[in-house]
Amino acid sequence: MSILVFAEQRDKKIRKSAKEAVSQGRFLADKLGQEVAVLLIGSEISTQVAEVEKYGPHEIYLADNQALELYNTETYSSVLTGLLSQLNPGLILMAHTAMSKDLAPRVAQRLGAGLITDCVDIHLNEEGISFIRPFYAGKILARMKIATPMQFVTLRPNAFPPAERTGKTVIRRLDISLDDPRARTVRIDRLESQGPDLTEADIIVSGGRGLGENDGFALVRNLAELLDAAVGASRAAVDAGWIDQQQQVGQTGKVVSPKVYFALGISGAIQHIAGMGTSKCIIAVNKDQEANIHNIADYSIVGDLYDVVPVMIDQLKAVP
Amino acid sequence: MNIIVCAKETFDTETKIGLNQDGFIDESLVKYILNPFDEYAVEEAIRLTENEEGQVSVVSASRKDPSQALRHCLATGVDRAVWLDCSGLNAADGHVYAEVLAQWISAQRYDLIFCGKEAVDDGASEVPSRLAEILDLPQVNVASKLSINGGKAEVRRDIEGGAEIIEVNCPFLLSAQKGLNEPRYPSMRRVLQAKKMAIEKVKIEELGLSEAALKPFTLVEEYIMPPPKRAGKLLHGSHQEAVAELITILKDERKFI
Repeated sequence: MSILVFAEQRDKKIRKSAKEAVSQGRFLADKLGQEVAVLLIGSEISTQVAEVEKYGPHEIYLADNQALELYNTETYSSVLTGLLSQLNPGLILMAHTAMSKDLAPRVAQRLGAGLITDCVDIHLNEEGISFIRPFYAGKILARMKIATPMQFVTLRPNAFPPAERTGKTVIRRLDISLDDPRARTVRIDRLESQGPDLTEADIIVSGGRGLGENDGFALVRNLAELLDAAVGASRAAVDAGWIDQQQQVGQTGKVVSPKVYFALGISGAIQHIAGMGTSKCIIAVNKDQEANIHNIADYSIVGDLYDVVPVMIDQLKAVP
Repeated sequence: MNIIVCAKETFDTETKIGLNQDGFIDESLVKYILNPFDEYAVEEAIRLTENEEGQVSVVSASRKDPSQALRHCLATGVDRAVWLDCSGLNAADGHVYAEVLAQWISAQRYDLIFCGKEAVDDGASEVPSRLAEILDLPQVNVASKLSINGGKAEVRRDIEGGAEIIEVNCPFLLSAQKGLNEPRYPSMRRVLQAKKMAIEKVKIEELGLSEAALKPFTLVEEYIMPPPKRAGKLLHGSHQEAVAELITILKDERKFI
């Protein structure tokens, strides 16, 4: 079972989650006694080859063309399908991102292949390879297998720690010929907040109903900036109109798995916990001692966030 | 303008999930609703056809009767509700449901296909793209804004930290994200009317699908309850003391910061 990893770039930069996928590809290839190839798609991205090489793929296929600068379902599907038809790998790994959620099922369908999305763990033993993925937003897990010869899997960011490897990598440039896509990506609009991405961040600072007002997120942002963290929110805060719904964590928002998750003024509704329950360390600040968030937090402070968070900020600033 | 909305009945997001003695999800604990993301798809379809000719059909492919969700759609204002009855299948996955939906849809007249961006139960976001591929349609997933004029559309597709702006002509497939609109609550009068409206039922055996199309690509080997969270630690003392202890733990003990 040879492996192909699709390594996603945005703005000519390889994503952190793509590095995790390449690294996991190499890890599985070693266990299986197989090789791992990587596909990089974009425009003027040759500088990123070295970033991918660090994680030890045997080959890198480079699809570098001006028409591939912005992600587009049809052009990217065409490049990926072309390479897969040529290499015929058994396993295709991608990070579980906006891009792959769009791309993987489209290409899998074209090639008659099964797909497991949002995989959080991979089991490999004498019975073959199987994949753990959450159902009901993590309230339950399933161990699944794919029955087709070609198997697509998207990996949850932050679930597969990357490890740098040494080894020889062969670089191959792909010849690209593309039809004009029917749906054209004309531009990308960026959100103002330029902190780390919510799904890939090591630390997330989230605010909820307990903020009480729109301006409360200024305090959340202050703490986040200090920690180089992403800003998240509960559904209550989003529905109140205090923050863009793109920042919502939970069952109807984003599912995240950072190292540290700060829940500030968040009650801990089942819907929210489904989106952040697998964080490695959860810190709760809530003045309500009975709030459910205290039951799932690793560390709890019972107190008004407007009293506690400024103390956090002061003390963190004093940390050398 | 004719719009087909693909909808799924799913568990209420507030539901607690447990396993029964056979290791399957205990459905007796579950309350069923229309998948929240499908609500945005239904609402958008109704708004687009409100002041012009055309029909909104909602279709659901499932092994379990989705009448509750479909009645909600009828009460909201869709013209027609169809259940593609897959109860004859032992198992089905995103691929199978996409094949079933595509087979039925390909015999209909439509300008647009709408779906929710994912179902909150499996969260796979697999069916919309597979469906678009089978129907050979362009797709725009995770749409949070749609403007359409004379068959030409501009769609805002949410991505990490921003959005892609996409131009596409009808027909195409769109999957709806929160933010696309504010779904309406049906009035009591409409809820009562919807109770009397018919839900069409189509047995998938009547659709003429091949055996290959109905064979799942993926299978669940076992369900596992996630490990219970160990008890956390309440940090005592003044806020100054509690925060100092927390920072020591994060920095020195667990090396997170």
